[in-house]
Amino acid sequence: MAVPPDVSPTAFNAALAAWRQAVGAEWVFTTAEDVALYRDAYSPYWGEPEERVAAAAVAPATLEQVQAVVRAANQHGVPLYPISTGRNLAYGGSAPVYSGSVVLDLKRLNRVLEVNERNAYALVEPGVSYFDLYDHITKAGLDVWIDPPDPGWGSVIGNALDGGAGWTAAPFRDHFGSHCGMEVVLASGEVVRTGMGALPNSKSWQHNRWGFGPWVDGLFRQSNFGVVTKMGFYLMPRPEALVSATVTTSRDEDIVPMMDVLNLLENQHVVNGSTSIFGGLGRPGGNSAAWTITLPIYGPEEVVRAQMRYAKAKYAAIPNVNFVEGELFCTPLSAEAQARVRLVNFGIPNLSTFAMLGRSPANPEPDGGHIGFSPIVPRTGESLLEFKRFYSENLLKVSGGENLGIVGPVYMTCWEHTLVCLIMFPIGRDKTRNAKMRAAFKGWVALAAERGWAEYRAPAAFQDMVSDTYSYNNHALRRLRETIKDAVDPKGILSAGRYGVWPKHLRKT
Amino acid sequence: MTRIPIFGSRLALSTVLTAAMACGAQAASPTAQAPASSGKAVYEHWCAPCHAAGPGHPGTQSLQIKYGGKLPAVLLERTDLAPQAVAVFVRQGVLLMAPFRKTEITDAELAALTAYVAGNFKNP
Repeated sequence: MAVPPDVSPTAFNAALAAWRQAVGAEWVFTTAEDVALYRDAYSPYWGEPEERVAAAAVAPATLEQVQAVVRAANQHGVPLYPISTGRNLAYGGSAPVYSGSVVLDLKRLNRVLEVNERNAYALVEPGVSYFDLYDHITKAGLDVWIDPPDPGWGSVIGNALDGGAGWTAAPFRDHFGSHCGMEVVLASGEVVRTGMGALPNSKSWQHNRWGFGPWVDGLFRQSNFGVVTKMGFYLMPRPEALVSATVTTSRDEDIVPMMDVLNLLENQHVVNGSTSIFGGLGRPGGNSAAWTITLPIYGPEEVVRAQMRYAKAKYAAIPNVNFVEGELFCTPLSAEAQARVRLVNFGIPNLSTFAMLGRSPANPEPDGGHIGFSPIVPRTGESLLEFKRFYSENLLKVSGGENLGIVGPVYMTCWEHTLVCLIMFPIGRDKTRNAKMRAAFKGWVALAAERGWAEYRAPAAFQDMVSDTYSYNNHALRRLRETIKDAVDPKGILSAGRYGVWPKHLRKT
Repeated sequence: MTRIPIFGSRLALSTVLTAAMACGAQAASPTAQAPASSGKAVYEHWCAPCHAAGPGHPGTQSLQIKYGGKLPAVLLERTDLAPQAVAVFVRQGVLLMAPFRKTEITDAELAALTAYVAGNFKNP
């Protein structure tokens, strides 16, 4: 049996005994075979000494059990690493950031506590996946949509806390931004409810996210300040229709006015669907345009047709740009339509994204997993052109002159006001190849930082490096976070190192 | 429907052009859940999203390419899968399929699942 670092066998055994008492012996995992199930299948250090691995795992099923587990860990100084469904693949999966931590597996907290159709919200526990919530809503016959990310097996709470995004309308695609109220177990074992949930017998927890006084919810995003055990989320009343258009140009420089119009339409909320930008690869319909932008709009049929006319008129003002209105889909989708749309755009979770990532005709011998470098750049055409040049000029340099099969850039406009330029790295079981990918990844982080670009989210193995790029005023932001960490988790037992925040006894500087 | 074979996959949207149609007032109807054996229920929850028949199922797509039609790409059509083999894939994973933990599929559920998936197994 492995023992966490800096924890005596006596203390660890005492914690294990307390956990077995709290959750039942069958939900405390210490054998090598069971603990191996918590390895990060997409680890860029797979099978190497630097791979982040758990010492054990414990899986409570209730809030009270979570409290008991955390209290025992705090008492005995055992590092914990909470996971929700453990499917945060490419960002660490179910493995801890600090090797030797005990994974606090929350998958068994899997209740959909409420779905309110009239006010369009849900209250869930961390083990609830997008599939689970969708099934619950479907079986109940409720007329609301969820906002799924690409893979539907992820946790609704976990995805929000890690900064994930979805595919329906703008108010819902920022998964943390669309939450309303949370319940958190602190390192002491104490339970906090945020917003209106702090009111005993509150009847409006999911009716107002702010409550009274300083809003603290953001402290638990990409964080290690507490264990989130409940969260509310806004849901989308089923829109009557979805219509999309495709805008293309054959001239590279046209992306500048095209992006200005895109931003205008999104900032006016005329275009509310998840827009896409294609440049240089993967153009819809295989067209030969230099740039392609897609514009989906959700709403009542008459309204979206009017909004589309407005969007068309705006793009008509740009010479040489072609605007093609696409099919209008009515909801609920017919079986025939459902078979030919991208389901996540209609609030239907699935795993089809892995058909693009896994073995395919274009990639018959894939590496297996992947990680992504995803810096945020200004949402302008000039930035797109700069990033496109940046990528092509540095791709071979960063890869040591070798074609590693790195894919990019993918331009993501999943959140309003934000543009993410994604570069993706295959990860597998070949240690030499993984080392090359790691070197390339680090190269991109450093080069991007020189231009003032940095990631919105990072694989566990690179969170320190990315955190270091946010260094304004001698790392003032990180030092503030460390001050908070020391106050709310003085023994540093929760998710040490997550997103670059280490407890005092493990800080290198 | 256009897709490109990359990971991030915020990359697809229908651009099919058809005549405009009016949206009717169809009502959503919940799907009746057929009684299922435990093994079938576990399969449908955890395996079918990747391994069912038809496009959009990455496991099926992967096995179609891997075997080139020499073996069925759909798991439930296989006759060569022993229960032990199914268990190995569930607990060890393969390629992008990460292993399933015991909080996701318990040992008892795994036994039911493997019996269900390997129901057509013909021991040579």
